[in-house]
Amino acid sequence: MEVVIAVDGLTKRYGGTTVVDGISFEIGRGEIFGIIGRNGAGKTTTVECLQGLRRADGGRVRVLGLDPMTEAAELRRHIGSQLQESSLPQRIKVWEALRWFASFAPNARDPQQLIRQWGLEEKRNAHFSDLSGGQRQRLFIALALVNDPELVFLDEMTAGLDPAARRTAWDLVREVREAGTSVVLVTQYMEEAERLCDRVAVFERGKIVALDTPGALIARHAQKITVRFSAAEHGLDWLAGIAGVSDVSRRNSAVEVRGSGPLLAEVGAALVQHGIRPPDLRADMPDLEDVFLTITGKRSDE
Amino acid sequence: MSARVLRATTWIEAKLFLREPMTVAFTLALPLIFLFVLGGVFGNTPNPKVYGGHGPLDFYVPAYLGLVWAAIGLLALPVHLARYREDGVLRRLRASAAPAWTVFGSQALVAAAIALAGAVFVVAGAALAYGIHQPRSPVGVAGAWLVAGIVFTAIGVLLACVPTSRGALGAGLGLFFVMMMLSGSGPPFEVMTQVMRDISNVLPLTYVTRILQAPWLGNPLHWSDVAVALGMALAAAIAARSAFRWE
Repeated sequence: MEVVIAVDGLTKRYGGTTVVDGISFEIGRGEIFGIIGRNGAGKTTTVECLQGLRRADGGRVRVLGLDPMTEAAELRRHIGSQLQESSLPQRIKVWEALRWFASFAPNARDPQQLIRQWGLEEKRNAHFSDLSGGQRQRLFIALALVNDPELVFLDEMTAGLDPAARRTAWDLVREVREAGTSVVLVTQYMEEAERLCDRVAVFERGKIVALDTPGALIARHAQKITVRFSAAEHGLDWLAGIAGVSDVSRRNSAVEVRGSGPLLAEVGAALVQHGIRPPDLRADMPDLEDVFLTITGKRSDE
Repeated sequence: MSARVLRATTWIEAKLFLREPMTVAFTLALPLIFLFVLGGVFGNTPNPKVYGGHGPLDFYVPAYLGLVWAAIGLLALPVHLARYREDGVLRRLRASAAPAWTVFGSQALVAAAIALAGAVFVVAGAALAYGIHQPRSPVGVAGAWLVAGIVFTAIGVLLACVPTSRGALGAGLGLFFVMMMLSGSGPPFEVMTQVMRDISNVLPLTYVTRILQAPWLGNPLHWSDVAVALGMALAAAIAARSAFRWE
């Protein structure tokens, strides 16, 4: 694996508070690397240090082989940035902004193509101040990609996007990666991290508390599967005896069986054996949100 | 590469300026209003007691060239940049591959274009309405105008270090009105009280005005005035270099 980002013991303090506490990780070329965590966990500060926007108080950082602090000018030619809390001049037009940022790079992508890809065609002549939150967000992502970067940082890229636009954004980020760009994705949406990222780092109070593929994280930290079905029959006590079942509950006809292992198959087989064939038998598989809950003790949006 | 960035940024900034009607009106119309009010009152008939025996408008027009620069450097430029900081535009630009100097360079170039437009309006207005005299040394005036630009661009960037646009506007307005009254665009130095003269002597626009008036009126240029003006510019630039924040 060719390493595009190497972080060793990165530390950042604001006043007396340590917001990033000696974290270490590596990101490989072509990877979509997710950083998840609640507000204040140190995600944004970390990616700002990686982009040379903040000076680290300790540790060693290499991005594309460069030191983001001392070689920021060279680094910024090769990376794309979509930042939180940034803006454009109020009266700049969409196409002007993309043309402007394209002028910063020798091998810029075609602004017109980006306008099309990111669904801004109707707004290409609109002033920045007249764009909706979602349109601004899409423009910022397009600006992050206009210099055809080797590595792109996307900090809460789908914040403010509606669900359809979010799915489109995911597809486009996958395309960006297919074209060879590595992606660092900071997000609070667990679904986004799970669907998009090759690996995910869970940040909590300035530390990385877990780092692996979404699948491995789920397998390790969240085995609980919930099987649900409706049954009018009473006397289903035998459900608790099935291998892997830890808990059975019912409310009226709605039955929930929780446990681990191949639970859906076991429960399904047992039901058929007892002559019950519920048409709505289904399982909720654990997801990254469950992992987050297990590891940090809180939901991601708390 | 950097030249291309500077060109693109300057073009964008020029268009953005023209989309702000209030700023356009203030920087370009104000000196014209001055011209016609004072011209209406005094005309351009020389008075041997004041203005060094020159016609009032021959005296004031070069001062207004400096006043246009002051309006840009004390108000338009710092408020614009401070607003960029407030909104997060500077943050976005800093993360881009655009070299930092192109941000300031484009501001300086747009400021120069505005100042030039303002100068053309004032001079044309004064020539058509009051028949002012031609400058004795056009080259000298051009050089003086460039010095004025250096002084007020540097001061503008320093004022842009005030964290908020409101703060920058307050500081800029205060300085602008003091300089407008006491640096030669208002009452001539000869009729000022001692306190007014003392204040006048520390204001950059005072030196800029004298540097502009000398080649226009054919008075001897005091190189010490040029040195003081450029020294103020240098001091402002050095202070701005350490005080400027991108967010």
